[in-house]
Amino acid sequence: MFTLIVELKDKPGQLIKTLEPISRLGGNVIGIVHKRDKITPLKKIPVEISIEIDENKVPELVDALKASGITVREYNEVRLVTTSSLLLVGHIVHTDISDTINRIDSTGYAEVIDLHINMPQLNEPSTALITISATGKENLRKAVELLKVICKEKKILVIEPINEEFS
Amino acid sequence: MIKIAIIGFGTVGQGVAEVLMEKRDYLRQIIGDYKVVAVADSKGSLIGDFDLLNAIKIKRERGLPEGMDAMEIVENQDFDLLIETTITNIETGEPGLSYIKKALKRGKNVITSNKGPLVVAYSELIELAKENNCKLLFEATVGGAMPVIKLVNNCLAGNKILSIKGILNGTCNYILSRMEKEKMPFEQILAEAQELKIAEADPSYDVDGIDAASKLVIVANALLGIDAKFEDVEITGIREITPEAFDVAMEKGYTIRLIAEAGSNGLKVSPRLIPLQHPLALQGTLNALLIKTDLAGDVVVVGKGAGKRETASAIVSDLIQLYG
Ligand SMILES: NC(=O)c1ccc[n+]([C@@H]2O[C@H](COP(=O)([O-])OP(=O)(O)OC[C@H]3O[C@@H](n4cnc5c(N)ncnc54)[C@H](OP(=O)(O)O)[C@@H]3O)[C@@H](O)[C@H]2O)c1
Repeated sequence: MFTLIVELKDKPGQLIKTLEPISRLGGNVIGIVHKRDKITPLKKIPVEISIEIDENKVPELVDALKASGITVREYNEVRLVTTSSLLLVGHIVHTDISDTINRIDSTGYAEVIDLHINMPQLNEPSTALITISATGKENLRKAVELLKVICKEKKILVIEPINEEFS
Repeated sequence: MIKIAIIGFGTVGQGVAEVLMEKRDYLRQIIGDYKVVAVADSKGSLIGDFDLLNAIKIKRERGLPEGMDAMEIVENQDFDLLIETTITNIETGEPGLSYIKKALKRGKNVITSNKGPLVVAYSELIELAKENNCKLLFEATVGGAMPVIKLVNNCLAGNKILSIKGILNGTCNYILSRMEKEKMPFEQILAEAQELKIAEADPSYDVDGIDAASKLVIVANALLGIDAKFEDVEITGIREITPEAFDVAMEKGYTIRLIAEAGSNGLKVSPRLIPLQHPLALQGTLNALLIKTDLAGDVVVVGKGAGKRETASAIVSDLIQLYG
């Protein structure tokens, strides 16, 4: 996964111009975040785009973007650095587990990297240990909050870890 | 001579009375002479010159005689210290709240084991005590015998408390640690706990996290300086936890406990995954608190969260703090 931060003028058509070379080079966009609160002195909006793409194509992509007049501020490979495991109890499968996973994965900054489901008896609640990785502590916290929102909708109990080890 | 009024004469009130008799010689050396000049419950009272052990006997055999009611005693009787051990109500704080306010307004010291008044009106009561040059102590409200308030305020004085995480409800801890061992459903273990009188007939106060949340509110106010109210606590109870949840957790080296947590991310009571070797992975009805400080690092206390003599221990320690 890669993230790319570009600066776009606040007018229509800007984003399309950025996305076109990504898809032309076989990339898959997994997340776009407009950082309107970080608007630049020249009134451009930083946009963080997370993409899955063959890493050999990255230099070509950056060149293509620059050629079309887009400011590429930075790009780097995203490392999923922090991980957390949580326990879910409830009707996990019935409430569309793939939707739950997708909604975490499509944040662009976090991913479900492991899911261990204890298959339920018919109509009984099941249990799953879900492991989420994210690009940093803050993003991990956001992903866990998102998971909690999703699980609240689906009436699934979330058991969070106690976090920091005793030291 | 310290004149003491005990209002609320159930398990805790009687427990304190017993210890005050039992340890009279020892306590006199530390705090000087003292005398219980009034005891009252919801229906009656004894005032003036009476024998304390006999009062316990009367209470148990036929109830305290009708006489001056508790509020009249707090308003009009001559005493120096109110020991307030009435029933808890975390919505109104009553009846304890009115008794405590009245006593403080009269400039009397107060020791309470009752969470209700503090959950409802912590800062108001502390302010009231200050204005009237008297003290309100409440070690028994959090963690029973386990030292918490004075541990932090005295022994850890000078530290900034960064966060607090702990087990503040022995009933939930008993149920969860039994579920962990026996792999039996919640309802079954709850029934067992009720038979053992560890859980109440109406268990919701414990298992829905309300009791732990009340104690957390007191801890947050008293130790973290957060002006927290009960509504500020995000609460999840333990009813939905299944034996399978323990299976899955244990495979990864975790167990599950109801943890109360206060810190920069707010106040929360919820079941959490705990590494099996973590100091909060406790068995039975124990309470525990893990205190994160800036100087001392992590400090953990473990102890009995309830019981007649255990709660009396906390009240007596407050008494010595006041007059020792
Ligand atoms: N038990 C523990 O281990 C423990 C531990 C820590 C804290 N606490 C707290 O300590 C307090 C006392 O607990 P407990 O176990 O002793 O409860 P308890 O056995 O139910 O005793 C409560 C006492 O309060 C009296 N009371 C009720 N309404 C009253 C009123 N309007 N005016 C005066 N007295 C009134 C009751 O009178 P009657 O006798 O006439 O009913 C009873 O004597 C509670 O707030 C509890 O949460 C208890």
